[in-house]
Amino acid sequence: MNTYMKNESNVAMKLHYDISKDDFSRAGEASSKIKNMLRQLAIEANILRRIAIATYEAEINLVIHSLGGTIDVYIKPDCIEIYVEDVGPGIENIELAMTKGFSTATAVAREMGFGAGMGLPNMEKVSDEFIIESTIGVGTQIKMVVTY
Amino acid sequence: MHLKYIKEIIKADVLAYEPGLELEINTAFGSDLMSDVLAYVEDDTLLITGLTNQQVIRTAEMLDLKAILFVRGKKPCNEMISLAEDKKILLMSTKESLFTVSGILYNNGLRGISI
Ligand SMILES: Nc1ncnc2c1ncn2[C@@H]1O[C@H](COP(=O)(O)OP(=O)(O)OP(=O)(O)O)[C@@H](O)[C@H]1O
Ligand SMILES: [Mg+2]
Repeated sequence: MNTYMKNESNVAMKLHYDISKDDFSRAGEASSKIKNMLRQLAIEANILRRIAIATYEAEINLVIHSLGGTIDVYIKPDCIEIYVEDVGPGIENIELAMTKGFSTATAVAREMGFGAGMGLPNMEKVSDEFIIESTIGVGTQIKMVVTY
Repeated sequence: MHLKYIKEIIKADVLAYEPGLELEINTAFGSDLMSDVLAYVEDDTLLITGLTNQQVIRTAEMLDLKAILFVRGKKPCNEMISLAEDKKILLMSTKESLFTVSGILYNNGLRGISI
């Protein structure tokens, strides 16, 4: 199995966003900025959509499940790489977390329209490469690659 | 189906980005679960929902959706309306329930997305 590691080769441009926990009013802003930036680079609509879904689900997960984290986007000649890292609490059972319908979302998150347990499976679906690693008490790391 | 026609048959109020009425959608999807919307919805779909918060607009933005119909008389806040204007997303509202409004639209030939 591939392990999570940032691939620094051939990066044309990097984007970096800090995502705060429980900041519902700003949730989605980073994904919106990423989408606008990539649109300006004339990336095809279908690819743009997959990246938007991946980053937005990741961003919402950082807001509702994590203690805070970051999203880094590496723009490369042949693909976009998305790196999502947080500082905890970590995921106990990744297989379970990846199961469609599994969710530990709080009432507040559910009121916002989240907690279907579809985010992680959907992130995997729209990615050509998907790696998730997590350590309880340390944090979760996700790498997603969308190839043009 | 023309969004202007949809507005007329369900007697919806327009809340944001009125020029969107000139556009067409091919299918509709009704849900209050945004991750289900993100997982299943394709282009040119009308989103029908009872949820009114910023994340609904963000979800539509991520999917390039052109229109959202709020049911059960739900009205989005001013912040949502200005975000929708900004993103050129038509917002409409109807007093009817999700089920009723879906039935009316279905009877008029609009179909759901294929899952
Ligand atoms: N960054 C994270 N830190 C800790 N736990 C997480 C994180 N991301 C996901 N999880 C756990 O994995 C579960 C499944 O995540 P997933 O995104 O698939 O669903 P959800 O966020 O609960 O609901 P949805 O994404 O459909 O709105 C979450 O309910 C949570 O328990
Ligand atoms: Mg999620």
